[in-house]
Amino acid sequence: MTDTALPYSAAHDHAHGDHDADHKPSFFARWFMSTNHKDIGTLYLIFAIFAGIIGGAISGIMRAELMQPGIQYLPWWVAKLHGEGTFDEAMHFWNVLITAHGLIMVFFMVMPAMIGGFGNWFVPIMIGAPDMAFPRMNNISFWLTVAGFILLMLSPFVGVGAGTGWTVYAPLSTYGEPGPSVDFAIFSLHLAGAASILGAINFITTIFNMRAPGMTLHKMPLFAWSVLVTAFLLLLALPVLAAAITMLITDRNFGTAFYDPQYGGDPVLYQHLFWFFGHPEVYIMILPGFGIISHIIATFSRKPVFGYLGMAYAMVAIGLVGFVVWAHHMFTTGLPVQVKMYFTAATMVIAVPTGVKIFSWIATMWGGSISFKTPMVWAIGFIFMFTVGGVTGVVLANGGVDDYMQDTYYVVAHFHYVLSLGAVFSLFAGFYYWFPKMTGKMYSELLGQIHFWVFFAGVNLLFFPMHFLGLQGMPRRIPDYTDQYAYWNHTATVGYMIMAAGMAVFFVNVIYSLLAGKKAEANPWGEGATTLEWTLSSPPPFHQFETLPKID
Amino acid sequence: MAFSQLYLWFKGPLGCPGCAFLERGDNTIMRSFLVPTILLATGLAFASPGLAQPAAPAPAASPAAAAAPAAPAPKVADPTLDAAGKPLHTAVPGVGEPVDKAFSLQQQVTPTGQEAHWFHNVILLPLITIISIFVLLLLVWVIIRYRRAANPTPSRTSHNTAIEIVWTLAPVLILVAIAIPSIKLLAAQFKPAPKNAVTLKAIGNQWFWSYEYPDNGNIQLTANMLKEEGQVGKDQRYRTDADGPRLLATDQRVVLPVGVPIRLVTTATDVIHSWAVPAFWIKLDAIPGRLNETSFVIQKEGVYFGQCSELCGARHAYMPIAVEAVSPAKFAQWVASKGGTMPGAAAEPASTTAMGNDATDATANGAMENAPTVDATATPAPSNQPATANPAGAGNTGN
Repeated sequence: MTDTALPYSAAHDHAHGDHDADHKPSFFARWFMSTNHKDIGTLYLIFAIFAGIIGGAISGIMRAELMQPGIQYLPWWVAKLHGEGTFDEAMHFWNVLITAHGLIMVFFMVMPAMIGGFGNWFVPIMIGAPDMAFPRMNNISFWLTVAGFILLMLSPFVGVGAGTGWTVYAPLSTYGEPGPSVDFAIFSLHLAGAASILGAINFITTIFNMRAPGMTLHKMPLFAWSVLVTAFLLLLALPVLAAAITMLITDRNFGTAFYDPQYGGDPVLYQHLFWFFGHPEVYIMILPGFGIISHIIATFSRKPVFGYLGMAYAMVAIGLVGFVVWAHHMFTTGLPVQVKMYFTAATMVIAVPTGVKIFSWIATMWGGSISFKTPMVWAIGFIFMFTVGGVTGVVLANGGVDDYMQDTYYVVAHFHYVLSLGAVFSLFAGFYYWFPKMTGKMYSELLGQIHFWVFFAGVNLLFFPMHFLGLQGMPRRIPDYTDQYAYWNHTATVGYMIMAAGMAVFFVNVIYSLLAGKKAEANPWGEGATTLEWTLSSPPPFHQFETLPKID
Repeated sequence: MAFSQLYLWFKGPLGCPGCAFLERGDNTIMRSFLVPTILLATGLAFASPGLAQPAAPAPAASPAAAAAPAAPAPKVADPTLDAAGKPLHTAVPGVGEPVDKAFSLQQQVTPTGQEAHWFHNVILLPLITIISIFVLLLLVWVIIRYRRAANPTPSRTSHNTAIEIVWTLAPVLILVAIAIPSIKLLAAQFKPAPKNAVTLKAIGNQWFWSYEYPDNGNIQLTANMLKEEGQVGKDQRYRTDADGPRLLATDQRVVLPVGVPIRLVTTATDVIHSWAVPAFWIKLDAIPGRLNETSFVIQKEGVYFGQCSELCGARHAYMPIAVEAVSPAKFAQWVASKGGTMPGAAAEPASTTAMGNDATDATANGAMENAPTVDATATPAPSNQPATANPAGAGNTGN
């Protein structure tokens, strides 16, 4: 770890005249033609918050519908959007909702926030680089993401909407749903994927070539490590997704039959390709969170990260093993028994490096001098919630168990515990941790704590009962359920409302802090915060490290 | 017939495993881009249900129709229905269907289901609970003991090789302990059905299940969800509590014998569906162009419900599965009432209750290689009642 770095003063750079570190371009040039990693990071964060509001609102519509058995609101929504529709159109609209919620949250909320937002903001600073290796490509990445999001948002207005699920399984997504809506959704994924591939190239190049003198890989902060591993996962996984969905497009529009058994294709091929991307994708969403949590735990325990090398290589191991476990998403597709046995065993292996991380975080806190500022409570919440989501993952890893659990609410509970309570908790932890650095303003500690506790209570009430629904066999992706599932569904919707109240506190906090927050010092967290961003002013100068820092 | 010869000629060189579509009375998925017009012409010819399936029985819209099969069969009463065509066997709350406010798995009525149930409840659930509580206790301990007020000066410890080895190896041992029963369970689930098994072919359609009993004179059933009173026309049948819970009851139940191995074969005519009955611990995707196979033994008479478990379009939530498990004698009677036949008197040995886990051991290992997936090209293509003629199929809303 970089315990020591040369004290760096932004004011010092003003002496350089023409290279004024704080010279900012005009508004349009700064925000629409940006090549500055911090501005692009800010754009990504604003975009992710915007997309998150839409994705979260969609889940609100879903939870409202599921609060009671029977169909309540879907026909009303369809009538609002497309005019009076048939019952089937209302049911299809449900599928549009689940699809949009999944795609938005994965591709346009978590990924842009984690990698585009925090990655852009802090990877160059943490490794002591002035900017990303390819600043213009960075800008293209962001605007491709925006374009992808616009395509996805247009999708329900050019047809009846894409109701294929975020997995876009063929043949439901080929001859199962004609019309331009699904094409729009697929092109949206193409653009988001291209953006991610470009971003991945950028991060890999930056991290390998632009580390400050003395910043060896084994001294590099864990967040930079996490983004490096994530970038490799993106680079290797997303082209496979691009290929898979391009074949969907040609199957849909140009008469090919990659996935059409009628002409010798195979729908299961799509699932293999999708999950070869899809499983690394879940690590793409959580690994940067691991990095963020490591920094926060160390900062607020005033201790260096325990087992730094183990932590770094645990992420590498998770990344590697993450590529050879994909078919555990397909245990009911009729895989041969030996294949199921292999994927069961391989999947369980992932629990080992993940366990190393959980225990190392606790060991980092052990012997520390812990203060419970907002980022720290989110980080501690993350550790426990991610553990709960992780152990249900061990249950689901067993191919034999999935003959029952596959596509039930148990799976929904599992992946929301690792994503909605894992990835999202780490996002909030990082947001509060770096908010003073990014904006130069302190957030409200009181509102931050209220946000955490309300949100924590809400999401647990929302997602924990889904385990029970799954154990009782409730299938996922259904808008109506038999009356025996009513109780826990009702409970979950109440949990959603509490969670939404927590989000309201968050937005109040953000607006209040931006307008009236106290001015933040360069390092508001004290001696525990040792990475390079805390050596810069808050907010950092427009261009930092024009004289590279030296790392001992 | 000229068309079918053209079709066979075409099917040969393509080696098309999913050519089942061509037999389907539905040309909506026919597309002419890749395949020359000759194939399209074939498809259109088959588009007329009468032409495609001259011998297809009339779709059974009501139990009355179901009780009177199209072919004049020996007059045997359906043992699962009363004189009025209502189901004789009422679903027992809490068995074969979900229970409100419940925390746990559904009761299991198959040997593999019980093994898996044991694996989950005795191994997995306690283990993950202990691990979660262990992590929680560690967190609570460090939060209390190492809060700033209690420990103002932090230690600088950042390595301890011994403990790092321990927390790497301990999970490995725990996972090995899980993996052994897990692999055993997988092996048990993949025991191929023996010769005397009853074969049930479940065919997923948007949005209903149809069934065939190829070894029993090819009995065919179509199972639609029963709608609620007030959602159907005056003379149409609606769901009563005797049929089962809302959204789970079907107009025709799949009837299967208890104690006899069941060979379940699934496929689909349009998109992917998944045939799932939680009480059997069975979930098997029904994929167009493929035949998936598994087997199970139902140990207890009763009515068991499940639902389609793969997103398949608008009415994915409305294609339930209802299985009625009856004694082998009653099953034979039911088969007769449907105009079917039992494959030889020796089909139901007295010792079938032992079949589930052990009796098939001898054959299991050798045949394991071929068990899970069946080469779809080597098996007869699924035929089906035309979807267009189905009351809950195209055009008729499910609710």
